Amino acid sequence: MAKVLVVTSGKGGVGKTTSTAAIGAALAQNGKKVVVVDFDIGLRNLDLVMGAERRVVFDLINVVQGVSKLSQALIRDKRLETLWLLPASQTRDKDALNEEGVGRVISELRETYDWIICDSPAGIERGAMLAMRFADEAIIVTNPEVSSVRDSDRIIGMLDAKTVKAENGERVNKHVLITRYDPARAARGEMISIDDILEILATPLLGIIPESQDVLRASNVGSPVTLNNPSSSPARAYADATRRLLGETIEMMVPAERKGLINLLLGRRAA
Amino acid sequence: MSMFRLFSSRPAPLPASAPIARERLQILLAHERGLRGQPDLLMLLREEILSVVSRHVALDSEKVMVRMERGRNVSTLEVDIELPNGFEPALAATG
Repeated sequence: MAKVLVVTSGKGGVGKTTSTAAIGAALAQNGKKVVVVDFDIGLRNLDLVMGAERRVVFDLINVVQGVSKLSQALIRDKRLETLWLLPASQTRDKDALNEEGVGRVISELRETYDWIICDSPAGIERGAMLAMRFADEAIIVTNPEVSSVRDSDRIIGMLDAKTVKAENGERVNKHVLITRYDPARAARGEMISIDDILEILATPLLGIIPESQDVLRASNVGSPVTLNNPSSSPARAYADATRRLLGETIEMMVPAERKGLINLLLGRRAA
Repeated sequence: MSMFRLFSSRPAPLPASAPIARERLQILLAHERGLRGQPDLLMLLREEILSVVSRHVALDSEKVMVRMERGRNVSTLEVDIELPNGFEPALAATG
């Protein structure tokens, strides 16, 4: 049965789009039929992170407003057969979206896809509301940092109150994904601990993604990190998180500092 | 290669990705800046091609696929229209 998954956070810049692309690609690598939908109307970026920016013809707004058919707006990934993108509009604003139209698009996507991943815009306004509105599952992307944890708490409250599931007395299945985790800072005790974050948010952990140059490199070249460098530490962390999302039980690895031999011999700390 | 790399666990550096990022952004932004205030040429062409074809054939929008690829020097517009044999002329075709 199709699952609608929203990737959300409240705060901007925490890694929603990166995570959407990485998990979407990992699900497709697991044989699932996946569509990633960009809800960030006016400031789209999922197309860029997926490397499809030059191929956008129609977008979500065109489909919602009936200007184009859904099949005409969907862009198939060049690397993975079962991965598709529904881009956001760059020239319109969030008011061009309405609940009825988004609902129609989501139910049409449910007929074809195993996973419909909605990449939420930052904030708590219309775009973010509509991205989570029809969700069955939610990933709350959180950085180990006070303002991000606070915003995640706010978003969790909205998932429990303002979604169709919540209004029907059901629950959206929520998962916290910690991103931009810096092992060096953690070792120095400069970051809120993962246990503290989970205790505050009272939501199960899906994975811990280390801060890494591989993430930047992947977005530079327009490829989800799970495809661009599958053996890198963030890609492996995303792959594990994806398998947990699929119901597997996988031991949680807390990213540790990796030191070169020279650094170890000299007792130097990695920068 | 530095001899110190022999003792380090770091793999050899990958080719720099920043130049690829710059190139992608330049192409994208050139197109997006062109969009502000004036219609996108590719979209305009698409509209006009479809309206010409639909003057002669009743178009089924499910059977029309449009693909674009925006490049630095050249962009391509691919309009794939499936026309049934013995197609039904559009009403305006004789007009």
